[in-house]
Amino acid sequence: MWSIVHKMGSPPWFYRFANGAIAWLLPIVLVALVVGCVWGLLVAPPDYRQGNSYRIIFIHVPAAVVALAGYYVMATAGLMSIVWKIKMADTAMRALAPVGAALTFVALVTGSIWGKPTWGAWWVWDARITSMLILLFLYLGVMALSEAFDNKAAAAKACAVLSLVGTVNIPIIYKSVDWWYSLHQPASIKFTGESAIDASMLYPLLLMIVAFYGLFALCVLLRMRTELLTTYRQTSWLRSELS
Amino acid sequence: MYFENWSAVWHMEGHGPYVWAAYSVTALVILFLVVSPWLRGRQLTRDIRHDEQRLAAVSTASGETHAPET
Repeated sequence: MWSIVHKMGSPPWFYRFANGAIAWLLPIVLVALVVGCVWGLLVAPPDYRQGNSYRIIFIHVPAAVVALAGYYVMATAGLMSIVWKIKMADTAMRALAPVGAALTFVALVTGSIWGKPTWGAWWVWDARITSMLILLFLYLGVMALSEAFDNKAAAAKACAVLSLVGTVNIPIIYKSVDWWYSLHQPASIKFTGESAIDASMLYPLLLMIVAFYGLFALCVLLRMRTELLTTYRQTSWLRSELS
Repeated sequence: MYFENWSAVWHMEGHGPYVWAAYSVTALVILFLVVSPWLRGRQLTRDIRHDEQRLAAVSTASGETHAPET
């Protein structure tokens, strides 16, 4: 375990790892996204109550799920950066924030579009939606803080503290539909017990969730690689890597 | 396929504009997320290679055998 952490903390090792992983992930993610979209948009039957508007679920739920999970990853990177001063953890945190923000944005926008035909409103100040909006601000806050300091170490510390404090919000988002009376429907997929969604809709949804996890990893690795290229452009290891 | 023809796919019994708008926004965001770091990475790689060649040319001209490492 420690040897893996140690290895991943080494920029040259990570650069090579990112190159390999990107080459694998890119085609897999593309195919999964296209298949999932075609399946969800054209093949799956409409919902008996919501009609065709429910098809937004195939992007809304994956984006929201990955945006939430991504926050934990960012907070973990923040913890590693603050406790062990691992520079790669700091790089990861800076790459994770914009990708997480973009996915939270997608979840909010698609949810809003889905809300109009289903609830009759683009936006309601409901617990789930409000806590997701706070998640977007947390991601944007980390992005802003990472640019706000001249001293890189100070920026990393500030981002790590904000991301760790912000984890309080994540269980609130998960539980918001159970704790408060809400317009938002509760989760349809359950790990224990029967899911409240038919197999013809469940399988494309699961595929899209997997595809979005892959997309998330791909985008974060692309950003981390770019940052390594910027930070280490003068070093001999990077130059020999590129020659 | 669930729908009978492409026009039915487009209209989705009145929900078409919502569904297609949601998918379009998502597609644009994904495209931006993948393409922007990709292009930036390519540009950086090109710049670094260019620097390397320039350094090599300078060191050959001044009679050094190796380019400075830092």
